This record gives sequence, structure tokens and C-alpha cells, in this order.
Amino acid sequence: MNSLNRVILFGATSAIAEQTARQLVAQGASLYCVGRNRDKLMALIDDLKVRASDHQQIDGDVADLTDSDQHARLIDAGERALGGIDGALIAHGTLPNQQACQADVTQTRQEIETNALSVISLLTLLANRLEQQQYGVIAVISSVAGERGRQSNYVYGAAKGMVTLFLQGLRNRLAKSNVDVVTIKPGFVDTPMTAELDKGGPLWAKPEQIAKGIIKAMQKGKGEVYLPWFWWGIMLIIKHIPEAIFKRMSL
Amino acid sequence: MTAPRSWNRLPRVAPDAVHALTQRYAGVPDGLPRPLLAHGNGRSYGDVCLTEQGTLLLTRGLDRFIEFDPQQGILRCEAGVTLAELLALVVPQGWFLPSTPGTRLATVGGAVANDVHGKNHHAVGSFGHHVRALELWRSDGSIIACRPEDDNGWFSATIGGLGLTGLIRWVELQLMPIQNPWMWVESQRFANLDEFWALNRRAEARWPYTVAWIDCLAKGKAQGRGILLAGQHAAAQAELPAFKEGGKRIPVDPPFSLVNGLSLRAFNTLYYRQPVKPQGALTHYVPYFYPLDAIQGWNRIYGRRGFYQYQCVIPPREAEAATAALLDTIARRGEGSFLAVLKTFGNKPSLGMLSFPRPGTTLALDFPDRGDKTLRLLEELDAIVREAGGTLYPGKDARMPASLFQAGYPQWEAFSAYVDPGFSSRFWQRVTP
Ligand SMILES: Cc1cc2nc3c(=O)[nH]c(=O)nc-3n(C[C@H](O)[C@H](O)[C@H](O)COP(=O)(O)OP(=O)(O)OC[C@H]3O[C@@H](n4cnc5c(N)ncnc54)[C@H](O)[C@@H]3O)c2cc1C
Ligand SMILES: NC(=O)c1ccc[n+]([C@@H]2O[C@H](COP(=O)([O-])OP(=O)(O)OC[C@H]3O[C@@H](n4cnc5c(N)ncnc54)[C@H](OP(=O)(O)O)[C@@H]3O)[C@@H](O)[C@H]2O)c1
Repeated sequence: MNSLNRVILFGATSAIAEQTARQLVAQGASLYCVGRNRDKLMALIDDLKVRASDHQQIDGDVADLTDSDQHARLIDAGERALGGIDGALIAHGTLPNQQACQADVTQTRQEIETNALSVISLLTLLANRLEQQQYGVIAVISSVAGERGRQSNYVYGAAKGMVTLFLQGLRNRLAKSNVDVVTIKPGFVDTPMTAELDKGGPLWAKPEQIAKGIIKAMQKGKGEVYLPWFWWGIMLIIKHIPEAIFKRMSL
Repeated sequence: MTAPRSWNRLPRVAPDAVHALTQRYAGVPDGLPRPLLAHGNGRSYGDVCLTEQGTLLLTRGLDRFIEFDPQQGILRCEAGVTLAELLALVVPQGWFLPSTPGTRLATVGGAVANDVHGKNHHAVGSFGHHVRALELWRSDGSIIACRPEDDNGWFSATIGGLGLTGLIRWVELQLMPIQNPWMWVESQRFANLDEFWALNRRAEARWPYTVAWIDCLAKGKAQGRGILLAGQHAAAQAELPAFKEGGKRIPVDPPFSLVNGLSLRAFNTLYYRQPVKPQGALTHYVPYFYPLDAIQGWNRIYGRRGFYQYQCVIPPREAEAATAALLDTIARRGEGSFLAVLKTFGNKPSLGMLSFPRPGTTLALDFPDRGDKTLRLLEELDAIVREAGGTLYPGKDARMPASLFQAGYPQWEAFSAYVDPGFSSRFWQRVTP
């Protein structure tokens, strides 16, 4: 079991990360929260401070995570504020406008920058640090969308797919260093990211549910988890549809 | 998206758009169809939280705490925090809501906008009396900080202001210290209304919390029989009992109301016959204050058509006669609810221009919607209330005539000046010209 007593959250203001933060605080954790928007981040930190006991440290900083020059500084600051790192969760992301990406590759590049390259930059630094200390857990929120490219969403899918593959290799590398690498693959979650979508139906989960699954997976040092679990079955089917048929489907 | 409803599931109206707020700083996006209306957790029984045009702003995403001073018991939080979430934070630290309605699933913003009351109204007033400050967002983008000591009217318009003065973004409350999460509760049976008045008078002088459940179907000499619960927060205990929350739920919509003459009579009689504890007992605060919350979706027992709640207040001088007349009418029709609630309000003047609580006796009951038949009964009750100079609770109303509202809320015209021109509700459109 991994301890989650001192955790850094990247993209802490995401709805899923915020719920994760609240649950971690209830379990006694100290947190360092990185978010892009100052008002949102301050609202989050104030809330967590009210929930935390006097013995817990709640701190954070503002940064646009596509600016990878900041990454080393942020990790240092987090480590200093917390007095060490037991775990890190990388949660930031954007849901691209697929049409806009099709029309303009700069848009596509931007999305891959946010959803994949900035994550890989953080992972590179975090991995080296935890490898050295020989303990800890790194989790990233990837997506079921990274399992197979679909016409409606393949820029996002490709970026998340890159992250998932990168994490597989990293997990493999860090296994001997006692560091766990966890890939979180949520299905549909009711958050601001999906505000435009119609949220009826049984496939939609609440961020607090996903948060609970993230914490459990990080504590247990799981490899890849689908959240909620039933997406495992759905993705099994989707991955096994022969390409000849899949290409004609409107997904 | 299915349109949000209120707790009694009627009226069934859908707005043009629904927008979920998640950040208190962010304001409300331009371009949403207007008028706007905040919708908390839909625990009102009627249309104060609904609109047929424009946009409902869901506030449950504004659920952050902002500041808590555990020495002074002062809490500032966003308006979409539920009372349950608030209590989970403060009860273990020795604080409690000085005024709470019978559900902890209401939001703080909703509690302000209806200036809700609890079983201790006679001792502490209503929710608004414990608000130290709040922040209002207006549809022109301006922000108004409101405090009770201000004399510009914004505070008294917004307390009990039915969401019409704008969006409440945060609220600062003064909490009340407690020793532990338990209550000391004495229950006593009374055989009729006369006994209730005598018992209630004694109980109010002695206890901070009093409320009575009455059998609304009993007639003649037994009219108004029921059980009075008197309570106070428990003293320090060497050892506290264990308490574990369990919950039941009504999982489906029965196609018709399960509340009918037969089940109603059986339930009311059984409830009246339950063992009472005049010597007192420790009861955890959750089942004491929020018995109905334990059955998730209890509002479904009235079937798909939903139900009306009827809550009136009658001034002290007319209270005894009018209460008897109301119960007569209800029993004669064989209509009524599992539990009718009877309580007297204290004399502390409410702070809101449209606050419901005022000196007198308040009676609340549910009626399954049986169409015209039900509406006719409610009109008969209206006549008694009007005659006695009483009024109805907007937070629990889906049908009162405009004339009854205007008579009961004489400040409604002065209040209109504070209504945000970009906000409205179905209720407001119904009761004003
Ligand atoms: C089982 C049960 C027991 C109850 N017992 C009592 C009781 O004992 N005493 C009592 O007084 N009431 C009682 N009620 C009624 C309930 O407490 C009130 O209707 C309360 O206002 C509901 O809060 P809500 O957050 O669900 O608000 P909603 O029902 O969603 O909205 C109520 C009003 O508040 C406004 N509003 C909500 N949030 C905001 C905001 N952020 N800014 C501006 N306006 C806002 C809405 O526009 C609307 O006018 C009870 C209800 C239930 C279901
Ligand atoms: N919701 C779903 O259905 C779903 C499904 C699968 C996976 N996911 C993944 O779950 C994660 C969390 O998303 P969410 O659903 O909780 O949505 P969300 O609330 O919209 O969170 C996304 C967060 O990422 C932040 N962000 C975006 N770009 C950033 C940048 N350049 N630098 C710093 N922060 C940046 C956003 O910050 P701002 O607030 O400043 O914009 C926002 O806080 C994402 O990785 C998402 O891809 C979501």
C-alpha cells in the first residue's frame, strides 16, 4: 500500500482533481495544488484549508502547464512545501474541438501540447525524482478515448493514447525502483469539460466517484484502471471490432 | 436534459436553458436566455425555484467553504453548499446551525432565499437572523455585499427574497455552540387541540425546540390529537451512544399515489399510538431534525402526479379557531397527509421583506394531486386563512392566488424595486401583475 500523505496535484482545479483533493484531505493528506486560473485555485485552496486540520499543509501555485520551463520549479516548490513527495496526480487536460483541429493543424498541435507533451515533461521530472528516492506513486488521468481512434474525437484520443503508452513504458522502468505508475482511464464524467454534452443515461459518472477510484488505485499501486470499472468491458468490445467494420461506424 | 423539478414534482415546467455554475468568481456567461433564476437543490415545494422561460442557474457546483473560525463559530461558504455538507464540517468541531429546516439537503443559498425556519423559531427566529453577510451578483454584472446593519434595503430584500434579487454567491453565518451531536428529546401525546395549546405553551417556555405531529383525520373530540416533541441540545455526556446512518429509498415512481384514504388513516392512527417518552431520551441530531431525509425519494410515494404542500401561518388571536376550522375541513374531505405539522412561531420579527415566519401558528400538510378536487379543497383552506388574516409560505406553494400573496406580503411592492430586472421565477410571474 502506498501512503498518500504528501501529494502534488497538477491541474488541481479540474473537477475530478478537486474531488480527489477533498477526499485526500479528509484522509489526513497535505497537498500542493497547481492550477492555471488564480481565482479558481485560491477558491480550491481556501476550501481545502477549511477542511484540513492544523497539522496538514495546503499550498499551491499558479502555472500554465504547457510552459514546461516551469515544471522543475513547481516540483521543487511542492517538495519543499510538503517536506517530501509520496504521490503526484496529473489531471489537467482539454477536450479539443475536433472540427477546429481538422481545419487547422496549429490547433491540433496545441491540443497535443496540452494533453500529451506537457504531461510527458512533468512525468520525466517526477520519474527521475521518485526513482531516486525509491518510493512513491505517480498517477495520470488519461482516458478511454486513448484506446481507439474515432472520427469524432481522434486528436484528443491520440494525445491520451500517447500518454497511456508512455506510462506503460515508465511503469515498466520504475517497477524495480518501488515506484508505482498508475494510468486512470475514466469514461464519461459529469464535469465542466463535458458541459456541452447531454448527460442523461447510465454511463455518466460523478467526479466524486472517479476520485474515490483514483485514490484506491494510487494506494494499491494499480497499473491501469478503468473508472467506473464497467468501461473495461465496453472498451474490450470496442478494441476488438475489426478495423474493416469499425471504419464504417459513426463513433 | 430533463428539467429540474421542485420537491413536490409540480408544476412540470421546463426552462429554455439550464446552466450549471461551478465557480463563484466567474459570474454568469453572457448570452444565456433571460430571465435567470438560481436553483439550489430543488427542496422547495412549488415554483419559487422554477421558470418557464430563460435559464435556471444550478448552484450546487458552488460548494466550497471559504473561511471558518472554529473559535467564534463563523463560517463563510459558497451558496450551493448543502446544510448536510456544512454540518459534516462543523458538528465534529462543536458547532451547529442555529436555525435549520426539516431537511439537510437544502443549500445555504436556498435557506437564505426562503428565510427558512426550524423547530426553534420561538427561541431564535429564522435562518436570516444568523446571516452575518452575503454577496449578491446582479445580472448587470455588479456585485453587492449585504450585511444586516446596512440600511440600503439589499439585505432585507435578499433574506427571504425568493432568489429574485440576484444570485447569492456566498453567505457568512454565525453558528451556535453545542457539546455533542446528540439531542435530549421528550415526547408527549395530546388527545386533542385544546390539550395541544396548553401543552405547547408550557413546552415553549421551557424548550428551545418544539414541534407537534398531528393526526389530521381525527374528528370530534379527538380533533388535533397528536404528539409533541420538545428538545434541546444534549449536555456533555461521559459516554455517547453509537450512531450509524442507514438509509432507505423509494426506488420507483408508483403509477398512482400510495397515499389514499386507507393508508392515510392507518398511518395517522399508528403514529399517534406509538410509544412516547415523556421522561426523555437521547436522540442523534440527524434523525431528530431530518427524519424524512432518511427515506431517499420519499416524495415518490405520491405517485407520478406529485403533490401539493400547504403551509399557512395564522396570527395568534385567530389561531385556535382557524386551526380547528382548517382541520375540520380537511377531515371532512378525508384528505391530508401522513404527517401534519403544527408549531407556533415566536415574536422575533423576521428580517426579510418577504419572510414567511411571523407571530402565530403554522400548520403544514401534503395533499396528493387529485386535480380539481384537490384545488377546490385548497381554496376552501385559503378562505379560512384569508379570513383569519393569515398567509401561505411561498417556498411551499404552487398555486396560491395573487390576491392572497399580496395581502399576506404587504411589502411586495417595495420589494419589487429590488428585483433584478434579469431575474424572475414562475412563482413571481404568478403572484404579481
Ligand atoms: C423534507 C423537507 C422538510 C422541510 N422542512 C422545512 C422547514 O422545517 N422549514 C422551512 O422553512 N422549510 C422547510 N423545507 C423547505 C426547504 O427548506 C426550502 O424550500 C429551501 O429553501 C430549499 O432549499 P434549496 O437549496 O433546495 O433551494 P430551491 O428549492 O432550489 O430554491 C428555493 C429558492 O431559493 C432560491 N435560491 C437558491 N439558491 C440561490 C442562490 N444561490 N442565490 C439566490 N437564490 C437562490 C431559488 O431561486 C428559490 O427561490 C423543507 C423541505 C423538505 C423537502
Ligand atoms: N470529464 C470526462 O468525461 C473525462 C473523461 C476522461 C478523462 N478525463 C480527463 O480528466 C482530467 C480532468 O478533467 P475534468 O473532467 O475534471 O475537466 P475540467 O474540470 O474541465 O478540468 C480540466 C482542467 O485542466 C486544466 N488545464 C487545461 N489546460 C491547462 C494548462 N495548459 N495548464 C494548466 N491547467 C490546464 C483546466 O484549467 P482551467 O480551469 O484554468 O481551464 C481545468 O482545471 C482531464 O485530463 C480529462 O482529459 C475527463
